[in-house]
Amino acid sequence: MIRKKKVKNPRLTLTKRNINAWGYAYLFIAPTLIGVLVLNLWGIIQSIYYSFHEVKGFNDPEFIGLENYVRLFSDGEVFRALKNILVYAAITVPIGVTLSLLLAVLLNAKIKGKGLFRCIYFLPVVSAPAAVVLVWKWLYNKDFGLINQVLETFHISGPDWLGSGSIAMVSVAIVGIWSMLGYNMILLLAGLQEVPKELYEAAEIDGGGAVQKFLKITVPLISPTLFFVIVTTIINALQVFDTIFMMFKTSSPAFSAVESIVYLFYRYTFTNYNKGYGSAIVVLLFVIIMAITGVQLKLQKKWVHYND
Amino acid sequence: MKHKKRKNIFVYTVLIIMAFIMVLPFIWTILTAFKTQSEALQVPPQILPSSWSLRNFKAVMEVLPFGKFFVNTFLMILFRVLGSVFFSALAGYAFARLVFPGKNVLFAIILLQMMVPGQIFILPQYMIVSKLAWLNSIKALVLPGIVSTFGTFLMRQFFMGLPRDLEEAAVLDGCSIWKTFWKIMLPLTKPGLVSVGIFTALFAWKDLLWPLIVNMSIDKMTLSTGLVNLMGQYSVDYPQLMAGSLIAILPMLILFLFFQKQFVEGIATSGTKG
Repeated sequence: MIRKKKVKNPRLTLTKRNINAWGYAYLFIAPTLIGVLVLNLWGIIQSIYYSFHEVKGFNDPEFIGLENYVRLFSDGEVFRALKNILVYAAITVPIGVTLSLLLAVLLNAKIKGKGLFRCIYFLPVVSAPAAVVLVWKWLYNKDFGLINQVLETFHISGPDWLGSGSIAMVSVAIVGIWSMLGYNMILLLAGLQEVPKELYEAAEIDGGGAVQKFLKITVPLISPTLFFVIVTTIINALQVFDTIFMMFKTSSPAFSAVESIVYLFYRYTFTNYNKGYGSAIVVLLFVIIMAITGVQLKLQKKWVHYND
Repeated sequence: MKHKKRKNIFVYTVLIIMAFIMVLPFIWTILTAFKTQSEALQVPPQILPSSWSLRNFKAVMEVLPFGKFFVNTFLMILFRVLGSVFFSALAGYAFARLVFPGKNVLFAIILLQMMVPGQIFILPQYMIVSKLAWLNSIKALVLPGIVSTFGTFLMRQFFMGLPRDLEEAAVLDGCSIWKTFWKIMLPLTKPGLVSVGIFTALFAWKDLLWPLIVNMSIDKMTLSTGLVNLMGQYSVDYPQLMAGSLIAILPMLILFLFFQKQFVEGIATSGTKG
């Protein structure tokens, strides 16, 4: 990605013409760079700074050293939220990615109505989560929701999807999978379309079955896209907020089984007004996600096949 | 031949079942939005509403200013798209084609921002907005999305894919860097610009946390935060809630149906180029 420095790039020497060209370049990147420095880079520093302070309301932050972190690592609620997002990721990532891969492979074949199917699977992606969650809340309604009503016709008494701690996370995960399926499918479909058709023809001559073709040709060749999809899905899963925020009040009996790290961060920072502790929570999430990104960059070199 | 036919039946069955699952929540939303409360609560369910009256939509619009929510959402998206498309094109071009000291370090900062979870920026951004006294304004909604590192990255990839001889010819003709960029290179990256625009729009459209935090006053809410409000007021009147949801789903849905190809291609490029 980053090109090796040439020994002496003539365009990097101090001449009038070059300085003029640099001026243009800096001007071109200035809006984006200033935005990133002020809104993002400064934000990271500021959040880390707050995490070592007690910040109540708009008072001046008071330095308290590691106190927030000491509390963080002995806070049952934090561990519970960590467990919750891991459970959420453990459900949504394998199922979500497998389903989107399945759909992408099926849509990549010669079939009729491809555009229509693609359009339908994509609908949840263009729908605002706030609206989508309200819809699912209605579907999940214990007594009058469509799901339990349908189950009733088969004489199954449906669970209390949002009220029972043992199933609430599954309900959240279903919405998560339903919402992201179309997005991942499009990415994988784009990867599949770059696999040369001749490879499949060659495999057919050799007598390879569909499963074998899939495992021996498709998976290795789309591994860069697949890897990208898996990693972004994991990272997004760990940041889950909207669904849980819209579906569960803090007073809900299932709340402790679904509260995520971002929800916890939101509650401390914006409703409990303990911005310092809220910042420590978000720094924890930051460290976890950066660690995953680091592992990703390492692993990528190992098992992803790039053909260029 | 027989084997192929059986395979096809399998493929269509899976595709149709999945399509049904994907679309059912939408259909049920539409049907519920036209029902009365007692029709919605029938056991076993009544599938079709007895009349297709718009009363739930009217009721919801009377309780909350959905027209205003729509305008606020539209303005937020418009300014974010204009800003991020233009600034990303500029920065992307500089990183792809211009030579200047510090380029690698500055590009690394852009990449770093893309990897960091967005929640870490939220409190500091909120503090900035509140210090500027911008809370409860369109400016507050727009601010975090006015530039886009992902857009910059995508545009850089696009510019890198263009042939160099075009620019060299322009430079020989005495074109300035600005003119080369604006007149020659930029028109060639239209698909990239559309892609960045769609991404920005979709991201802004789906954002809940930021508007929830900065704009608490009713007349500055977006469709999403308006729904949160509606939910607070009508936690049990499902026909009205579904009418509200439908109002908040339709604008982007219609846009998507018109620009399907651009949406799908825009998303697809993000995977292959990223």
